This record gives sequence, C-alpha cells and structure tokens, in this order.
Amino acid sequence: MTSTDIPAPSTSDPLPQARRDLVPVLLPAILALAMLPLVGSFSSWVTLTIASLAMGMMIFIMASGLTLVFGLMDVLNFGHGAFIAVGAYVATLVLLPLAAMSGADSLLTNLAVLVPAVLAAMAVSGALGVVVERVLILPVYGQHLKQILMTTGGLIVAEQALYALWGPQIIPLPLPTSLRGSFIIGDVAIAKYRLLVMLVGLVVFVGIQLTLNRTKIGLLIRAGVENREMVEALGYHVKRLFLGVFMVGSALAGLGGVMWALYREQVHASMGNELTVLIFIVVIIGGLGSVGGCFIGALLVAMVANYGGFLLPKLALVSNILLMVAILMWRPRGLYAVTSR
Amino acid sequence: MMILSGDPPRSRVLSLLLIAIVVLLAITPFLFPGAKPLNVAAKICIFAALVASYDLLLGYTGTVSFAHTMFYGIGSYAVAIALYGMGPSWAAVGTGIAIGLPLAALLALGIGLFSLRVEAIFFAMITLAVASAFLVLASQLSWLTGGEDGRSFSLPELLRPGTVFIKDFFGVRITGRTLTYYIILIGCAGMILALLRVVNSPFGRVLQAVRENRFRAEALGYRTVFHLTYANVIAALVAAAAGVLNAMWLRYAGPDTSLSFSIMLDILLMVVIGGMGTIYGAIIGATIFILAQNYLQALMGAASEATASLGLPLLPNLLHPDRWLLWLGLLFVASVYFFPTGIVGRLRGAPKPAD
Repeated sequence: MTSTDIPAPSTSDPLPQARRDLVPVLLPAILALAMLPLVGSFSSWVTLTIASLAMGMMIFIMASGLTLVFGLMDVLNFGHGAFIAVGAYVATLVLLPLAAMSGADSLLTNLAVLVPAVLAAMAVSGALGVVVERVLILPVYGQHLKQILMTTGGLIVAEQALYALWGPQIIPLPLPTSLRGSFIIGDVAIAKYRLLVMLVGLVVFVGIQLTLNRTKIGLLIRAGVENREMVEALGYHVKRLFLGVFMVGSALAGLGGVMWALYREQVHASMGNELTVLIFIVVIIGGLGSVGGCFIGALLVAMVANYGGFLLPKLALVSNILLMVAILMWRPRGLYAVTSR
Repeated sequence: MMILSGDPPRSRVLSLLLIAIVVLLAITPFLFPGAKPLNVAAKICIFAALVASYDLLLGYTGTVSFAHTMFYGIGSYAVAIALYGMGPSWAAVGTGIAIGLPLAALLALGIGLFSLRVEAIFFAMITLAVASAFLVLASQLSWLTGGEDGRSFSLPELLRPGTVFIKDFFGVRITGRTLTYYIILIGCAGMILALLRVVNSPFGRVLQAVRENRFRAEALGYRTVFHLTYANVIAALVAAAAGVLNAMWLRYAGPDTSLSFSIMLDILLMVVIGGMGTIYGAIIGATIFILAQNYLQALMGAASEATASLGLPLLPNLLHPDRWLLWLGLLFVASVYFFPTGIVGRLRGAPKPAD
C-alpha cells in the first residue's frame, strides 16, 4: 500500500470511529426472510413476524434494564424478575378497580386508566429498585458471587411477599376494549395491541440509545463506568448516578411486566421467575451489557419461539437454548461483546 | 482421623451438634416410629449429601451453578425409568445407576468445558438456562419420563415396606422400608465423608486457590479450567447419586420432586445458611432447613390463626404456613450480609474473609 492510497484527513472529518459491526443487525431480517418459504402462506408469515416483533419488544423492555445495570454498574441482578412481577401487580391495583373504564368502548377512556396504571407500575418498581440498590446491592459492589446470592435471596423474598399480599391465585387482567381485535389489511390480521407494544419498544430503545450517546448524563454514566475515580474527582456523584441507572432499569422491568401481563391477560407471582430465564438468554445472546445486542437478542429469541412454535411445536420449547448455544459457538461473548470486560 | 480427613469440626458446639444429628438420624426408625419422622430423616440425609456436593462448587470453587438439580434429576429419572421399564429388579437398579451417573458426569464435563472459562456471572446464567431447558425436556418427553406426572415404580422385593424382617424389635417393625432408610443414611454419610476427603486433599487446596485468586493460581501453573471441570464432575456425580437415593425413597421421580427451580433455591439457602466452604455446613443447613420446612409450618399456622383472631391486618398472611420461605429468604439475605461464613463459620469463630 502506498501513501497515495490513504485519503488526506480533512478537517471536517469526524473523529475516527471503530468500524460498525453490522452482521448481527442483519440476522433478524435474514431469519425472517428465510422463514417465508418454510411457513408457506404469506398472511401467516406476516402474523408470525408481527407477533415475534411484539414479543421481542416486550422482552427487550424487560431485559434492557438488566443489561443496563450490568453493563454500566457491573451488577448482575438475579432478582430482576421480581420487578417485572411487582410492576404487573401494581398495574392490577389501578386497572381492576377501574374495570368499567378499561372496559368502555372508547380509546380515550381506556388510555385514561392504562396510562396511570403503567406510570404507577413504573414508579413503584423504580422506587423498589432504589430500596433494593441501597439495601441489598450497595454492600456488595464488586463482589459477583455475593451479588448473585443477595439478589437471588431478594427474589425469593419478593415472590413470597407478593403471595402474602395478593394470594396465590392467578389474577386475570383483561386488555382494555379498544386495544382488542386487529386491523385487517387484505387477508392479513394485525393485532392492535401488538402494534402498540412494538411502538413502545421502539421508543424505549431509541430513548436509551439517545440518552446514553447524546446527553450529558449518558456521557457521565459511560465515563463513570470507564473510570469512576476520575469522574468523581471532577465533582460528580457517581453513586447517585448509578442509583438512578438502577432505578430506571427497575422501572423498565415494571413497564415490561405490565405489558407482558396485558399480553397474557393474567398476573401471577411466579411470572418474574419464568421470564428471568428468557431474559438471561437474551442478555447472554446480546453480549452482557450491550443495549443494541440485547435488542437484537430479544428479537431473535422471539422469532425462534414464534416461527419454531408454528413449524416444529415440540422443538420450540428448547429453541431458546439451541439459539443461545449456536450464537455462543459463533461469538463466545455474545453478539456485541462489551470490550471492557 | 483419616475418616474426618484431618479436618475436624474445630468447634465444640459444632461437634456436639453434628454428633447429635448423626445419632438422631441413626436411631430415628426406633425413636419415632411412624411415616413422617422417617420421611423427614431420609430427606435430611439426601439433602445433606446433595448440599455438600453443591458446597464443593459454591464454597470451594466460588462458581454459582443453577444446574445442580439437573444432575439430581438425572439420577432420579435414570433409576425411575429403569425400574419402571424393566420391572422391580436389582438389575434395573444397577442399570439406572450405570446409565444415570455417567450421563450426569458427561453432561457436567460438557457444561464445564463449554462455560467454565467464562466469568462466574456468565456461568450462573448459562447453567440457569440449561437447567430450565432440561426441565422442559423432562416434562415434555412424556413417553420416556411420564411428563408432568413423573414415573412411579416399585422397588425390588427386599426394599418394599411389605417385606418384614423382624416383627417386633423393641416394639418396632423392621421392614424393607427401614432397610432402604439405612442404605440412604450410609450412602449419604459415605458421600459426605468422601467429599470431605476431596476438599482436604491437595486438589481441594487448588480449588480454594482458584476461588481466592484465579489469576494467581494460573500463574502458579495450575490448569484452572481442568480443576474446575473436575470439581464440577465430582459434584454432579454426587448429586446424581443423591438423586438415585431420593427416587428410591419416594418410589417416584417427577419434575417437582427432582428438577424444579425451587429445589435449586432450597439448596442455595441450605449451603449459605449452613456455611459455605465447610462441607459440615451442608449437614447443619439441610437439617435446619428441612426441619423448618416440615415443622415450622405448623408453628406459623398457629401464629397466623392467633394474629387473625386478634384482627391484625396483613400479619396473618405473612405468617401463613405457605409463607415459611419468606422468612427463610430473609434469613438467607441476612446471613449473606452479616454471616457470610454461615452457622458453621460462626461456630468456628474464626472470621475468614468471604468470597
């Protein structure tokens, strides 16, 4: 290579950036297209794809909190599922007494109960996150083994407390009326709630990315991860910043919990436990701590579950694991390895 | 001192406790005739061995695995399927053991080689995922495992409750059930002593070195992945053997009794409350936990009714017998925080740095 091949650096060029790794981004699209001939009918393919995207977005919302907390604070919260369940239960506190309003056939009335329910769920799970961070996690920063033990203990206590407060039965949680049913385009039916879920998921994803990459808070958080002492020396409260991150992560889990409960139209205390495994798989596939990887991982897991459930129902039950093994064979640290650890 | 592997309990109270537990377990069939005490005693034996094998992983190597019940389940299911398929014969028991234990060892080897290179957190998550997949498999492959119903089977003639050896031995009938109990007691005691031997061997010291500082252990020339995998395989073998004994005692293997996530949590609670990295802690932890599980509930039921009759809000719910795990969970968190060495560590009194 001669020196003439190198383009002269012009002053307007941005800082040199690492090459973007686009292969994982294309994976979901390739997978979806590859499934089209296998599924056969176009309309069921569209339905399955929409279902996967919606499920993926919900899993992403729940998993993003976990991956944020891990990536930024190096804390693995095995009790993350508890925030999901708490969010769902809090939503029932608002939605069930006002069942008349959520049963009314008007979008505005429905939203008038749904929005407070979601906000209440996020507020309570976020507040619980603050308590958990102060009580359980603060004493064990930097000790992974103890973090796992503490948060697992927290999960047990939270699940039992939910049973004590609400009883062991499954609580039905019907969708608000105007979110039921689907739009029919040609011979393709698209469920309304799934569209809403996809919208919310995209907003959360873009919101997290913009906050981390374009705002001063994001800059401080990323800097605090890289070199905590330095950021503290500059006069910022890294502790408080991390508490905020944990709160946001827990609130996101609560949001995901409400959406999942409405999707399944039921709430029970062990839902957090069941979802934890799915979320862990997503986080592992994406690469611990990577929000983008988590997003793609969630989509992949949901796609494999939906297409798999349609094509090979028996295999679908372990498809998550097979997907995880395949991805880890290809990239042992997940799709987007976070380089700092 | 060979039998204690040169690692005595090192605390008078602990020694007395251990002796009391072992003696009580040994004479339970005579002391408390009846089905329930014997069930509780058998469960204590089996869990003591299972928890001790988990302690080899958690306490001595510092790896958190959530797949331990998977190995336990493999042992249970192997002997259950063999006895169900081949009829109640000793050949079936042998076949179950001959298939179950190597299968558990192979799987442990696979998981170890696949994921022990990574960090503790990654390992914990991967084992959790693998174990949940295994649980799903066990409940779905109903032609083999009986699905959610599990497999019930009968034991060889000699071990059946109907087989009476001595009609009246100081007022107690010595039956096949009693024989099964003593097989379990001796088998579990043997496994725990073997584990004590393992952790006090040079191999066990290397495991502790890996736990304390993996990088330094590697720098000293130890192949840490090899040691960790080896420990993983030993733990899996003991867990599978405990599973075999459990299935033989229950004459049944199903997802709820041998594979469920709640058993995994129970094991974790027992290790931590008893004392990580001590092996003796497994005996103490299992005894306390299972006694609590079986007898605390009655106590809580009484307290719950008392508070309910006083008209207190919420408290009856919190004290409801089904909520006993809530209190043990709180105890667990408190002991991770305040007594990281558990009961045994406390009794020994030598404050060791945790982690």
